[in-house]
Order: sequence, then C-alpha cells, then structure tokens
Amino acid sequence: MEKIKGSVWKFSDNIDTDVLAPMQSMNLPWEERKGKILHTRPGFVNDVKEGDIIVAGKNWGCGSSREQAAENIKNLGISAVVAESFGRIFFRNAIAIALPAVACPGITDAFDEGDELELDLKASTVRNVTKNTTLDAIAYTKDMVAMIDKGGMLAVLQEKLGGQ
Amino acid sequence: MGMTMAEKVLARTSGQDVVEAGQNVTARIDRMMTHEGFVMCAMTLQGMKIEKLNDPDKVVVLFDHYFPAPEPKYAEYHDFSRKAVKAFGIKNYLGYPGVCHQVMCEKGFVLPGQLILGTDSHSSTYGALGAAGAGIGTTEMSYAMATGELWMQVPKTIRINLEGEPGNGLSAKDMILYIAGKYGTDFAQYKSIEFVGPLAEQMSISGRMTVSNMGIEVGAKFALFEADQKTLDFLKPVGKGPAAVFKSDDDAVFEEELTVDISSLEPQVACPHNPGNAKTISEVGDVAVDQVYLGSCTNGRIEDMAVAAKILKGKKVSDSTRLLVNPASREVLMDMIKTGYLEILMEAGAHMITPGCGACLGGHLGLIGKGETCLASTNRNFPGRMGSGESFVYLGSPATVAASAITGKITDPREFWQGTSF
Repeated sequence: MEKIKGSVWKFSDNIDTDVLAPMQSMNLPWEERKGKILHTRPGFVNDVKEGDIIVAGKNWGCGSSREQAAENIKNLGISAVVAESFGRIFFRNAIAIALPAVACPGITDAFDEGDELELDLKASTVRNVTKNTTLDAIAYTKDMVAMIDKGGMLAVLQEKLGGQ
Repeated sequence: MGMTMAEKVLARTSGQDVVEAGQNVTARIDRMMTHEGFVMCAMTLQGMKIEKLNDPDKVVVLFDHYFPAPEPKYAEYHDFSRKAVKAFGIKNYLGYPGVCHQVMCEKGFVLPGQLILGTDSHSSTYGALGAAGAGIGTTEMSYAMATGELWMQVPKTIRINLEGEPGNGLSAKDMILYIAGKYGTDFAQYKSIEFVGPLAEQMSISGRMTVSNMGIEVGAKFALFEADQKTLDFLKPVGKGPAAVFKSDDDAVFEEELTVDISSLEPQVACPHNPGNAKTISEVGDVAVDQVYLGSCTNGRIEDMAVAAKILKGKKVSDSTRLLVNPASREVLMDMIKTGYLEILMEAGAHMITPGCGACLGGHLGLIGKGETCLASTNRNFPGRMGSGESFVYLGSPATVAASAITGKITDPREFWQGTSF
C-alpha cells in the first residue's frame, strides 16, 4: 500500500460527531451539507484541499454512531485523520469506509498546522516531512490494512460472498 | 486464568474457550438492532444484490429517530424500510414503540451474556442487563446482517466499585455525570466497564440503564452491570430466551479498579458543551432556561416520571420556560396514564412529546433556537446538539429538570424533593 502524504490541519480534543455531522444537515444534498460540517471552525470546509490530513487531539469523533461523521471527512477530500485517540465508533466507521484513522500518541506536539505529514500504514509510522521527525502510531492489524487497501468493508464483503 | 464479563462474551461468540484483552476475534452477533439506520443497511445490501440475511431472526428493526415523520422524505424512508423488512423476512419489526434501547430491554430482546450491536451509540444501555452492547455504523451493520459476524477487539476492563448511601435529592444520573466529570469523557475509551459493589447491587434496573446508557459518554465499548436476581425478575415476564446470572471470574484480570463513593455527592449538572463538563449544582450559578426537557433513553422511564410528578404535583411550570416531556416508550406513557403521573405533569403545564428520540439529538419535536438554553435529562450537550449551533444545553437528573421547570432557572432539586432515585 502506498504511503499517504498531505498538508496538516490541526484540531483540538473532543471534536464530536454532532459537529462533524450536525443532525440538521444529515439528509441535505452534499453542497448544502458541506457548509454545516465543523461549524465550530468557520471557513475550514472551503479552505481544505484534496489530500490534506487532519491532526487532532484526544477523542476525535466521540459521540454518535452516525457514519456521516466519517463520510463527511472523506467527502471533503481528507486523506487521513491522525489523532491522539478516537471515539471507537468513529474509528471503526472510518476504517469500514476506507478512511485511514490512526491513533498516534504525541501527534499534537509533533505537528504545526501546514506541516507535511507522511503516513505509512503498513509500518505504522507518522513522519513530519517538514520537521524531519518520525512517530510510531498504534499499529493496524493485517486485516485492517487490507480493508483500507481494498476500499472498505463492503469490498471485503463482496469478496467474501463472491468466494463462497 | 479467569475471564472478565467482556472476555466471556467474546470467547463464547468467537467459539473459543479463552480470549484475553487485546486479542482480535471474529464474533457471531447474538442480536442486531437498527432504527432509521436500517434505511442505509437495506439500500447497501440491496445495492449489492444481497437478498438474504444470515439470520433475519437476530435482527430487530424499529423507528424512533424520525417518527412521526418531520418531513415527507422521512415518511418515504419508513415506507421503504417496511418493504425491505418484508423482503428480508425480518419478523422482529416493532413499528414505532419508543426509543430503541428502552424497547429492546422492556420487550426482552436483551439477555445477560449476549453480544448485541446496534446502529446507535447508546447501545451500551444493554449493559444494564449484563449484555455486551455496543454501537456500530451502518456499513458494519450491513456486513453483520449479511454474514452474522464482525471483527471485534477484546477490550481491557475497568472495574468500578460503586458505594455509599445516596444523600437527599440524588439520582443515578448525578453519579454518572460526576464520573464523566472526574475521570474524563475518554477514560474508558475502547474499554469495557464493569459497575460492581454494594451500590450497584442496590440500584434498580432503571438506574442501571441510566448509567450504562451514558457509558459511551466516557468512551466505553461496553458498560456492564452483573446480572443478578433483579435482572432475572425484570426479564422473567418478557425475556426472549433463558437468562442466567453472569459475572466476571474471581481471578479475572482488570486493567484498573476504581472506587466511586457517593456518600457526600451533591446533584450534578454538565455544562455546555460536553457531558464531562460536570459541576456541582451550587457551582453552576444563576442560569435561566428557555426550555426544560424530561425524557430520552437516558431518563425517560416511569421511575423518572415518578420523581418529576412528585416534584411538580400541585406546582406550575414557570412562565419563563417550557417543559417538554418525552417518555422513553409507549409502555412508559401507558404507565404514566395508569399511575396518574401524566395528569399531574399536564396540570403543572407540561407539553407531551410522543415517545421516541425527539429533540434529544436535534431531530425534531422541540428544537432550541439561537441563543437559547435548555436543561435536559438526556445524555449529550455537544455544540448544536438540540438545535441551533449557537444554543446551550445543560444535562441534569429528572429531579433537577423538574425543579428547574418550576423556577425557570437551573435549580437544586433539594429545594423541592428529599428523595433519592437509584
């Protein structure tokens, strides 16, 4: 699997699913929905570029099971979220839709906004290309790496059923 | 080596004699619960030309988030779902009976020792009956419905010993808000909690449900109470299968053991915008409330209505606020009618919201506007949770909600009530 590289946007602790996917936005068409994502940080959804990476504090995605939280981040073009820790349902949902979500203690102090980050899922390392430092992330299992690689849980399901 | 409750459930469901924390397993799921999340599951499965579920009898479907339909498209989602329920041969379709977690428990779909996944984060509620309940998203649920299984990591366990005699005015809700405030909203992240000790044994099923419900608010994967005689008595008339007493082995390994002594605890309120932002009610100060909201799967049971009725009997809701009452289920509403609590609350000036999720998660039926403040007996107060992104939600016990309805500001329940509710 290729390494993932992108420019960093930083977020603090406890960014919850109601902020990532506000209830009133859930069934709106994407262009209208987009404007309501992360309303606590005005302008972000317009400034973020395809391939950018989010670096966040503790408990990113805490709260609801709504998959739109992970889906919205993916639809914004974000290529990965690297956080001190995750709400577990967001973490699972992200992997299920092939959005790499990687827990990496120490990540907040290791990056400034705009730094370039390189994520190696297989080696489970996070490199700050700008500052030339490397951190160890909490490793994915082989199955988790494969799920991201194949394009998510439904691709795995298709393969499993097709193989029967 | 002995096993924790979580390890026992995941060993059985993954067909192994022993598992230990940290291990990844493929678990057979005992029960799958979906609400409006079923729309996405059905679309996903049908889109993949999957016409048969692995075991449709394990699936429960009901609608609670958007019933009655707030917009025509939700009526259409319900219609689509009812057809899909038939097509998949799902017998356990329950219609619109109230909030999923309350209904799952009161209808006996939750048994001690089961692994129950739901497309709702508050599926941790099932821990009150000794079941390992956890929330998942709709993609994972689609996979689980098609195959009957899902990958799970065996979690480490934090054991919390609950003890102390509750003082006047205190409820189980105050205790879990205190725990979230003291230990943080991520202290049990990825982990299983076991609530044990003399107070846990003393607690009612309703009080246990409040605590397990908010297990997810401290990050927990499972939030378990040991099944005991109370659990068996609760399940006897309704349980869909045999129930058994269920606890960790004496030599099980816990990551951490904590003691929470509530002897000197005072009523708690979680201030905006996080359930962990808990303060003692006297520290909250003078906060006027535009709306007070009694209900939800956290605190919408008959025991909660009893406390509110006791406080509001013969009183009036302040002109400066509005009291919305949202029973957790139709069964609770029927009990409110039979007990006379409904009349007491209505006489006091309450407005009834039909059983379901209502405004708790900002769906419909009582949203708050820009600049408005609501005190709610619900579980979350994230920014914009109950309506406008520029509104303020405080969380408290049903007693605090009822007392505050009388005064129109956040009020210590002990001004009107000397009881306890655990």
